[in-house]
Amino acid sequence: MKSKKINFSISNFCSGLVKRQIFIPIAALLLLAVFNLIMDPSFYKIALGYNSEGYPVLTGNLITILDYGSELAILAIGMTLVTAASGGQDISVGAGIAISGSVVLRVLCGTNSRPETLQAPIIVAFLVSCVAAMLFGAFNGTLVAYFKIQPMVATLILFTAGRSIAAWINNNELPIISDPSFAVFGGFIPGIPIPTPFFIAVICMIIMALVLRFTTLGLYTQSVGINESSSRLNGLNPNFIKFLSFVILGLCVAVAGLIKVSRVSSINYSVIAKDIEMDAILAVALGGNALGGGKFNMMASILGAYVIQFLTTTLYKFNVKSDELPAYKAVVVIVLVVLSAPIVREYLSGLGKRLKAKLSVKEVG
Amino acid sequence: MSSSKKATAEKLNLRDRFKNITDTNLLLLITIVVFFAMYIGAMVFQGKGFLRAQTFFNILNANACLIILSCGLSLVMITGSIDISVGGVTALVSMCCAVYLDFHNGNVFVAILIALAIGLGFGLVQGFLVAYLDIQPFIVTLAGMFFARGMTTIVNANPFNVGNEQFVALKETRIIVPGFGYENKLGEYVNAYIQIGVIVALLTVAILFCVLRWTKLGRSFYAVGGNKQSALMLGINVKRTKFLAHLICGLLAGIGGFVYFMYVGSGSPSHASGMEMNAIASSIIGGTMLTGGVGNIIGTFFGVLSLSTIQNIVSSAGFGEAWWTGITIAAMLCLFLVVQSIVMSRKKRA
Repeated sequence: MKSKKINFSISNFCSGLVKRQIFIPIAALLLLAVFNLIMDPSFYKIALGYNSEGYPVLTGNLITILDYGSELAILAIGMTLVTAASGGQDISVGAGIAISGSVVLRVLCGTNSRPETLQAPIIVAFLVSCVAAMLFGAFNGTLVAYFKIQPMVATLILFTAGRSIAAWINNNELPIISDPSFAVFGGFIPGIPIPTPFFIAVICMIIMALVLRFTTLGLYTQSVGINESSSRLNGLNPNFIKFLSFVILGLCVAVAGLIKVSRVSSINYSVIAKDIEMDAILAVALGGNALGGGKFNMMASILGAYVIQFLTTTLYKFNVKSDELPAYKAVVVIVLVVLSAPIVREYLSGLGKRLKAKLSVKEVG
Repeated sequence: MSSSKKATAEKLNLRDRFKNITDTNLLLLITIVVFFAMYIGAMVFQGKGFLRAQTFFNILNANACLIILSCGLSLVMITGSIDISVGGVTALVSMCCAVYLDFHNGNVFVAILIALAIGLGFGLVQGFLVAYLDIQPFIVTLAGMFFARGMTTIVNANPFNVGNEQFVALKETRIIVPGFGYENKLGEYVNAYIQIGVIVALLTVAILFCVLRWTKLGRSFYAVGGNKQSALMLGINVKRTKFLAHLICGLLAGIGGFVYFMYVGSGSPSHASGMEMNAIASSIIGGTMLTGGVGNIIGTFFGVLSLSTIQNIVSSAGFGEAWWTGITIAAMLCLFLVVQSIVMSRKKRA
C-alpha cells in the first residue's frame, strides 16, 4: 500500500518536472554533458594559467562556454521580450551588434583610425552606442508596432542594411585600439581569473530580474502577446509595449556589441556576430518559449543560450569548421521544433497513454 | 451644363473605380508606375548606357535566377507563409552541380536532375513541417537556410570554376534578339542578346501567372492566404494547399539555383549570399502582401526589375562602394512596406 503511494508521487513529480518549462533546456544540457563525458572526459578539464600580462586566468572548455555564451545570454534576454510581445523575432541583432560596435570604435578613435590613446572615455563611447542601438531598436519597433509589419520582415530591413551602415560609420576603415583598458570588457579584469563577459551578463540578468519583479513589464508583455485586443480593452497600450520591447532589445544589442568589439579591439564588418540572430532565436526556442508570443520564462531562455554555446563548443571540439556549424545547428533546431510542435506532442502523449493502458491491462491479466 | 454633369459623373466613376480596384491591382499599379518612372528617370539623367536595349537585357540576364526565386516566394507569401531558404538552396545547388560536373566530369542533364532533386527535397521537408505539423514557417525555413549554407561548405569549402565543355557551351549560348542591337565605337553592329536563363525565367512567370489566375489550385492559394477559416469552409484542403506552395517554391529554388549556376559558372560557398533577402524585397516591392492573400506574379517580375534597376543606377551614379547597394535596397524595402501598410489601413477605413 505504502509503496504504491510513493510510486504515485514519484510519477507525479516526474510528469510535473516534464511539464515545467525549464525542463527542456536542462534536459538538453544534461544530454550534452553526458555525451561529452562519454566521448571525452577531458572536455571538463579546467586549468589555471597566466596570460601574457602575468595575471591568473582560468582556461578550459567550460570557461569558454561561460565566456562566449554571455553575449548570447544578454541577447536572449531582449529577444525573449520581443518574442513574447510581438510574436516574432528580430533578425537584425547581428547587424545591430556591427553598428553599435562600430559606433563604440568611432567614438573611441575620433578621426584617427589607429590612435595611441583613447580619444574619449569608454563609458561615453558605450553610452553613445547604447543610444544608437536603441534608435535602431526604435526604428524596428515603430515598423512593427505602428505600421503593423511582421517583425521578421520589418527587421529584414536592418538585416540587409546594418552591416553596410556599420562600415559607413567608420568610412570602411578598420580601426584598431591598442589601449589595454578597452580589452577588459571582452577579456579578464586584472587579478580576477573569470572572464569579464560573464560578470556583465550576470549584471544584465540581475537588472532584468529586478525589472520583472518590481514592474509590470513582464505581465503586460505576456498579456499583449497572448491577446492584443483584449489587453487593449483592459487599458493597456499594446503598440507601446511592443515598441518598448524592441528598444530594450536595442540596449541588449549595445551591451553585446561592446563585448564583441572589446574581444578583438577591432571590428570586421562582415564577420562580427555572424549568424548570431540564429543562435539568439534558438536560445529562446530551446528555453521552451512559444515563438508565437505570449508566456515567457526568462531563466529558461538564458539557460538556453548557454546550452547553445555548449553545443557550439562541443562541435568545435569534434573539428567541425565554423562555416559548417550552421548545418548541424539547423538539424538540432528542426528536431527541437518538431518535438515541441503541439500536434507531435499530442500524438506522443496519446501514444504514452495507450502504452500505459496496455501495460495496466497486462498487469491485471 | 450637361457636359459638366457628364464630367462629374466621369469623375465619380473614376473615384468609384479607384475604390473598387482590388488590393492586388492597386499594389501592382504602384509597382509598375515606380519602375517606369525610375527607368525613364535613369534614361533622362544618366543617358548613354540606359538608352541601349542591351542594358535592359543585361539586367534580365543577371537577374533571371532572382526572378524565378521571387516567383516561388510570391507564391508562398500569397498563402500567408514565407520561405527564406531559397538563397541557401541556390548556393547548395550550384555547388553540388559544380562538383558533379567538374570533379566527376558529369552530364549536364544529370546535373539538372540533381538541381531539381535538391529543390524538391527542401520543398518536401519544409512543406511537410509547415503545413502538416503546423510549425512557424520562418523558423523552419531559417533552419533550412542554415542547413543549406552549412551543407554547401561541407560539400566543398573552396570556390572554383567549372571547365566541363558541355556545360560551358550551354552557359555561353546567346539568344539574339533581333532589332535591338546598337553600333559600337568602331561602327560594328552588335546584336542584343539574352541567355537561356531568361527564357526559363519568363516561362516560369508566364506559367505561374496562368496557374494563379485561371486554375482552381491558383485561386485556392489566394483563398488560403486571405482567410484560412473561410477557405476551410469552402472545402479547400488548406494543409495540402500550403504544402503545395512550399513544394513549388522549393522546386523553383532548385531551378533558380541551376539558372544562377549557368550565369556564374562556378561553385562557391559565398554564392547567392543575401539572395533570399533580395527575393523577399522584390516580392514585397511587387505588391505581394506579407499577410497573405494579395499578390501578383507580374508585379513580382516588375519588383525584380525595379530592384535591379535601382542597383544599376546607384552603381553607375558613382556610389561604387559596395555598402551603398545594401542601404538603397533596405531603404526601398522600407518605403514600400510603409506605403503598403498605409494604403491598406486607408482602404480598410474606407
